[in-house]
Amino acid sequence: MLTTSEKEQIEQEIRQVPVKKAACIEALKIVQQHRRWVSDEGIRDVADILEMSPEEVDSVATFYNLIFRQPVGRHIILLCDSISCYVMGFRDLHRQLVNLLGIQYGQTTPDGRFTLLPNPCLGTCDHAPALMVDQDLYRDLAPDVLENILAKYT
Amino acid sequence: MGRKLLLDKAHIEGIRYYDVYRKNGGYAAAEKALKSMSPDLVTEEVKKSGLRGRGGAGFPTGLKWSFLAKPEGVPRYLVCNADESEPGTFKDRYLMEFIPHLLIEGLLISSFALGANRTYIYIRGEYAWIPDILEEAIAEAHKNGWLGKNIQGTGFDLDIYVQRGAGAYICGEETALIESLEGKRGNPRIKPPFPAVKGLWQCPTVVNNVETLAAVVPIINIGGDEYAKYGTGKSTGTKLISACGNLNKPGVYEIDMSISVEEFIYSDEYCGGIPNGKRLKACIPGGSSVPILPANLLLKTAKGEQRMMTYESLNDGGFATGSMMGSGGFIVLDEDQCVVRHTMSLARFYHHESCGQCSPCREGTGWMKKVLLNIENGKGKESDIDLLWDIQRRIEGNTICPLGDAAAWPVAAAIRHFRDEFEWHVRHPEEAVK
Ligand SMILES: NC(=O)C1=CN([C@@H]2O[C@H](COP(=O)(O)OP(=O)(O)OC[C@H]3O[C@@H](n4cnc5c(N)ncnc54)[C@H](O)[C@@H]3O)[C@@H](O)[C@H]2O)C=CC1
Ligand SMILES: Cc1cc2nc3c(=O)[nH]c(=O)nc-3n(C[C@H](O)[C@H](O)[C@H](O)COP(=O)(O)O)c2cc1C
Ligand code: SF4
Ligand code: FES
Repeated sequence: MLTTSEKEQIEQEIRQVPVKKAACIEALKIVQQHRRWVSDEGIRDVADILEMSPEEVDSVATFYNLIFRQPVGRHIILLCDSISCYVMGFRDLHRQLVNLLGIQYGQTTPDGRFTLLPNPCLGTCDHAPALMVDQDLYRDLAPDVLENILAKYT
Repeated sequence: MGRKLLLDKAHIEGIRYYDVYRKNGGYAAAEKALKSMSPDLVTEEVKKSGLRGRGGAGFPTGLKWSFLAKPEGVPRYLVCNADESEPGTFKDRYLMEFIPHLLIEGLLISSFALGANRTYIYIRGEYAWIPDILEEAIAEAHKNGWLGKNIQGTGFDLDIYVQRGAGAYICGEETALIESLEGKRGNPRIKPPFPAVKGLWQCPTVVNNVETLAAVVPIINIGGDEYAKYGTGKSTGTKLISACGNLNKPGVYEIDMSISVEEFIYSDEYCGGIPNGKRLKACIPGGSSVPILPANLLLKTAKGEQRMMTYESLNDGGFATGSMMGSGGFIVLDEDQCVVRHTMSLARFYHHESCGQCSPCREGTGWMKKVLLNIENGKGKESDIDLLWDIQRRIEGNTICPLGDAAAWPVAAAIRHFRDEFEWHVRHPEEAVK
């Protein structure tokens, strides 16, 4: 069931578009904002309010990298694994991050703190290698600064 | 010093804000266009300027605008493509982050020329902090009468909406972008019809890159003919290049398209050469989708002429011995870099980002990734190199959108120019894994 505030936000989006369906991506983002990820129930909730089939909503949800169909941690780490970061030391960074977190790509730490995901180029290649934690961008990284960065997120 | 048209004021303290931007000549072009020119005259100036799309395909902007269908009573849209996801490309982010009003002013003039009253900026989700900067600039422009109803008393109305993507490289392709704006999966449509005829909500739509739309401002300020005096040949004006990889001074540079590749890499005005006295090995000059060139073919064409930073010169020799300007993402590799590894990272990227509609792209990118991972991990065979060549050949030209080509070209060029490295990898598996 959508909460009142989810419902209000989604209805606001519906008013912006010519057909209800067109608010699908925004509605998924709203649900994710409130629940951190979009469960099967979340898919059905969005489908109901937009008068779509759950399958149709799911096909949109699974298309986009930043809509999560599995539970995620409190913080999302997006590690850039594109070419400029590769050139500038991605491999050492990745090794150290996996060491510190004790998880692989796609996994969440047992304490539910972090989920680690690969991400294509973050558009900051002149300061490679780079990663993002939630909305924060970190650049010109070396493996030894990772511990301090992670410590900021509880 | 190279002449600048877009970033000439980027260093001014506070240029991000309306007051400073306005005091330094901002919105003068908008004033000129809206108050003293007709929409057709604006389009005419853009045509005269010779401006080519800065999103990568280089299609003449004025011509595209003149193709826009104008049926009575049907709205028209302008969409600004700020999806910038091509690995190695970050020029649009730079423009939006540091001089957002240049883009807003460009959007205003362009929307006026096209007769669009609702204009969208589609920006990739990973640029998390940029929408706030744009929204703030839009609010300032509103407050000062440059957006909204009856702009500056001219009777022209315009609203600009910022739409955030949700993580999908393919949504930079214009028809996929339109699908995504409509709330759907970003599956590219078959062209034609081009968006200029059937775009957003099936209405005539122009999709242009951030830098293209920003360039409309200087074009109106100095006039199309004057703009065309910058650069050389069919590469008129200035171009933003985002330089990265093994360079002393990576960053975004605005170049007059009349300098050589050598000057761009080595001169202190631009990238300042390769760090630690290393030798230049190779370069991907136009974003990850374009063919890689070894140092000798990068600096000089196969005919022995100096290679210039222009659309024509970078393409000289076709894909056999040349490359492309593409999105302006200039990625430099020094002598220690492994071409096989970087080709693998690209193949993995394209496989992940394929939308899956066409089997040559969906399956082909997966196969290329698999084979390259094997080679990289010391499990490759000599015959894998020919297999790779064969797979990429079957993708090119057989797909709905050019993502398939973009996946095939880098692999083809890497094998063409660096076959010996692939052979070394399959012959020395233990050393290759290191
Ligand atoms: N900036 C970035 O992040 C990226 C850029 N690219 C670039 O994208 C390029 C491919 O883009 P496409 O849009 O597929 O190229 P395209 O050649 O199909 O189209 C270029 C532009 O011209 C327009 N156009 C072409 N012929 C037309 C006609 N007859 N009538 C009306 N409009 C017409 C298209 O609508 C489009 O806006 C590649 O060359 C690549 O360099 C690719 C990936 C990422
Ligand atoms: C896979 C793919 C991704 C693309 N990504 C972008 C992009 O991020 N930004 C962009 O401006 N153009 C991108 N393009 C090109 C657009 O389809 C289109 O040509 C461009 O936005 C037109 O603007 P322009 O004429 O100003 O260059 C991409 C094309 C393809 C095939
Ligand atoms: S070429 Fe690839 S990305 Fe483009 S439409 Fe086909 S499957 Fe999708
Ligand atoms: S390749 Fe990592 S930020 Fe561009």
